Amino acid sequence: MSGLPINGLPKKRPCNLVMACGNPERGDDGLGPALIERLANLNRSDFETDADYQLNIEDAASLANYERVLFIDASISAPPPFNLESLAPTTEIAFTSHSVSPGAVLAICHDHFHHVPEAWVLGIRGYQFDLGQGLSSDARVNLDAAFARVIELLDSWNRCGKV
Amino acid sequence: MTTATQNGTRKIVINPVTRVEGHGKVTIQMDEDNHVTQARLHIIEFRGFERFVQGHFYWEVPVLVQRLCGICPVSHHLAASKACDMIVGADSLSPTAEKIRRLMHYGQTFQSHALHFYHLSSPDLLFGFDAPVAQRNVIGVIQAYPEVAKKAVLMRKFGQEVIKATAGKKIHGTGSIPGGVNKHLSQEDRDRLAAEVDTMLEWGVEGLKLCKDVTLASAEKLLPFGTFESNFLSIVREDGCLDLYDGNLRAKDADGKIIFDQVKPEDYLDVIREGVRNWSYMKFPFIHDRGQEKGWYRVGPLARINNCDFIDTPIAEEERQEFMALGKGRPIHATMAYHWARLIELVHSAEKMRELLADPDVLRGELTTTGERRDRGVAIIEAPRGTLIHDYEVDDNDQIRRGNLIVSTTHNNEAMNQAVRVVADQYLEGQAEISEGMLNSIEVGIRAYDPCLSCATHALGQMRLLVQLIGPDGTILDERTRG
Repeated sequence: MSGLPINGLPKKRPCNLVMACGNPERGDDGLGPALIERLANLNRSDFETDADYQLNIEDAASLANYERVLFIDASISAPPPFNLESLAPTTEIAFTSHSVSPGAVLAICHDHFHHVPEAWVLGIRGYQFDLGQGLSSDARVNLDAAFARVIELLDSWNRCGKV
Repeated sequence: MTTATQNGTRKIVINPVTRVEGHGKVTIQMDEDNHVTQARLHIIEFRGFERFVQGHFYWEVPVLVQRLCGICPVSHHLAASKACDMIVGADSLSPTAEKIRRLMHYGQTFQSHALHFYHLSSPDLLFGFDAPVAQRNVIGVIQAYPEVAKKAVLMRKFGQEVIKATAGKKIHGTGSIPGGVNKHLSQEDRDRLAAEVDTMLEWGVEGLKLCKDVTLASAEKLLPFGTFESNFLSIVREDGCLDLYDGNLRAKDADGKIIFDQVKPEDYLDVIREGVRNWSYMKFPFIHDRGQEKGWYRVGPLARINNCDFIDTPIAEEERQEFMALGKGRPIHATMAYHWARLIELVHSAEKMRELLADPDVLRGELTTTGERRDRGVAIIEAPRGTLIHDYEVDDNDQIRRGNLIVSTTHNNEAMNQAVRVVADQYLEGQAEISEGMLNSIEVGIRAYDPCLSCATHALGQMRLLVQLIGPDGTILDERTRG
C-alpha cells in the first residue's frame, strides 16, 4: 500500500485486497484487525491485507490499485455471525467525522482515480466495545465463522481466473 | 432534527454532533418566547486513560496509548515517548532521534489539518452553513471542486506515508521509544518523500489562499460568527518561536498580555487546574491564578498563532504576520479564524518536513540516549487539535503507578461551550422555527475547534446523529436520527 500516486495512478498491483478497520483495544471493534492477522499468517500470494483504525479519504488512492476489495469491520447490527454483501460507490456521505464509509471511498476512487474495484463489505457482529478489553467470547465464535467464509470467497475469486 | 413545545418551553438536543470525532450532544433550552435560556455542549468523555495505563511497564506506554484514539495516535505516541524520555533521564535526545520524531509529528499535523479543512470544514465555507445537507460534505466538495478535493486526498496520503516511514506502521507504530527512536529513515523512504514534499508545500499554500480568500470574502459574516474573547494557552520555544513538538507553556489574556511564560512541562499543575461541572463528564481546565470563571482558555491552531512571537519558516511567518494584522495589535478571537490559523500551520509543517527530509541526520546517527532514571515523566506536545499533556509516575518495578492525561478537547471544553452559546444567540434567538441550517451553524461553531470527542469505535450500524426533544421535566418528547 505504499507509493504516492501524485503524478498519476500508483504502480498497478493486479490482486485482491482485504482491508479491515477497527481498534484492537476497543473490545469487539478489533474483529477486523483480528481477521486480518489470521489471513496474513496464511502467507498466500493471491491477496494483500491492510488494517487501519478507520477508512479515510486517502485510502481511495490505494484501493484504486486493486481489482477486488473486501472491507471488514465490526458491526453492532449485523445478524450473527456476520453479514456479507456487495458494495457499490455511494455519494451518500455518512454524517460522521474523521472517517469515511466504504461506499464513499469507492466513490472517491471513481471520481479521482477512474477505477473502482469490485467490492464487498463483511460486517462481523460484535457485542462490546469498551477500552482495554479483548474480543468477547461470542465475537470470537463469529470471527471463526467469518474467517471460514472469507477463505471461501478468496478461493472463489481465484477460481474465476480473473486475477 | 425536531422541535416541539411543552408548557411553552423547548429543549433542542443535537446528539451526536456531526463531523466532529466521536459523539457529543448539544442541548439548547428555549423559553416560551423563543429566547435561548441555556446552551451547552455535553461531551461523553472517556475517563479511563489513567486506569488503562496503570500497572504497565513505562516502556510499553508509547505503544499502548496509541490505542486510546484512532484519530491522533501519533500525538499520544510522541507525548508518551517524551514523558518516558524524562523517566529514563534522556534530557537531550540525539539530533537523529529528535529530527525523526519531529518529522513524524509534522507528517501527522499536515495530514490532520488537511483532513479537517478539506473534509470537515470546507463544505461549510464553500457552500454556506445552510446549503443542502446532500451537498455540504466532502463528496459535494469533490463534485464542485474536483482538483481541490483530489489534492486533499493526496495530501492526506503524503502525511500518512511520512507517519508510516517514521513510526513503522499505521496501527500501533513503534518508531518512538523512551530516549529516542528505534530506526533511521530509510534512504528509499527519504528519497520518495523528498521528491513529493515541494508539491505538498505548493498545494498547502494553495489551500491557505483558498481559506483566506473565502474567509475575507465573507468576513462580515464569518469573523463575528461564534466569536468571543478568551485567554490562550500553548507551548512556545524558549525564544518565543512557534514549536509544535517541544517547548514551555505560555498563556496570554484576551488583550495579548502574558499571563505566564516558559512554565516547564513538569510544573503544569502550578498554573493549570481542572474544574468540574455537575452536567458534564468532561473536566473544565482553567488558569489557576485567574480562577475557574475567568481562567478558561483556548488551545489549538488559533491559540498557537496568537501566542507565538514568530514562526521559523519563511512562508508561514509571512502568512502569520498578515493574519495577525487583522487584530491590530490584539489577539485574533474569531472562532472561524481557527481554520485560517490551521492552514498556516499546515504550510509550516510542509516547510519543516522539507527541511528535515533534506537533513542527513534522519538517515544516520545515534538513535537513543539515556541518563539518570526518574520516577516521574511529564511531557507536553502540541497535537493538531491543541495542547496535549501526559504525566506518569512509575514505581521501583518500572510499572506505571499513576497517570494523568489532559487532551486538547478537554482544554477547549469551556471554549466550545462558549461557541455554542454565542452561535445560539446569533442564530436561534427569537426564532419560532429551527431550520437544518441553524442547527448546522451550531455544529460549525464546534467543528472550528476540531474536537476529538471519543476514541475510534466506529462499528457498522453505529448511530450517527440522534436528535431528542426533552420537556422541562426531562421527558423525551420526540426523537429522530439521521446519518
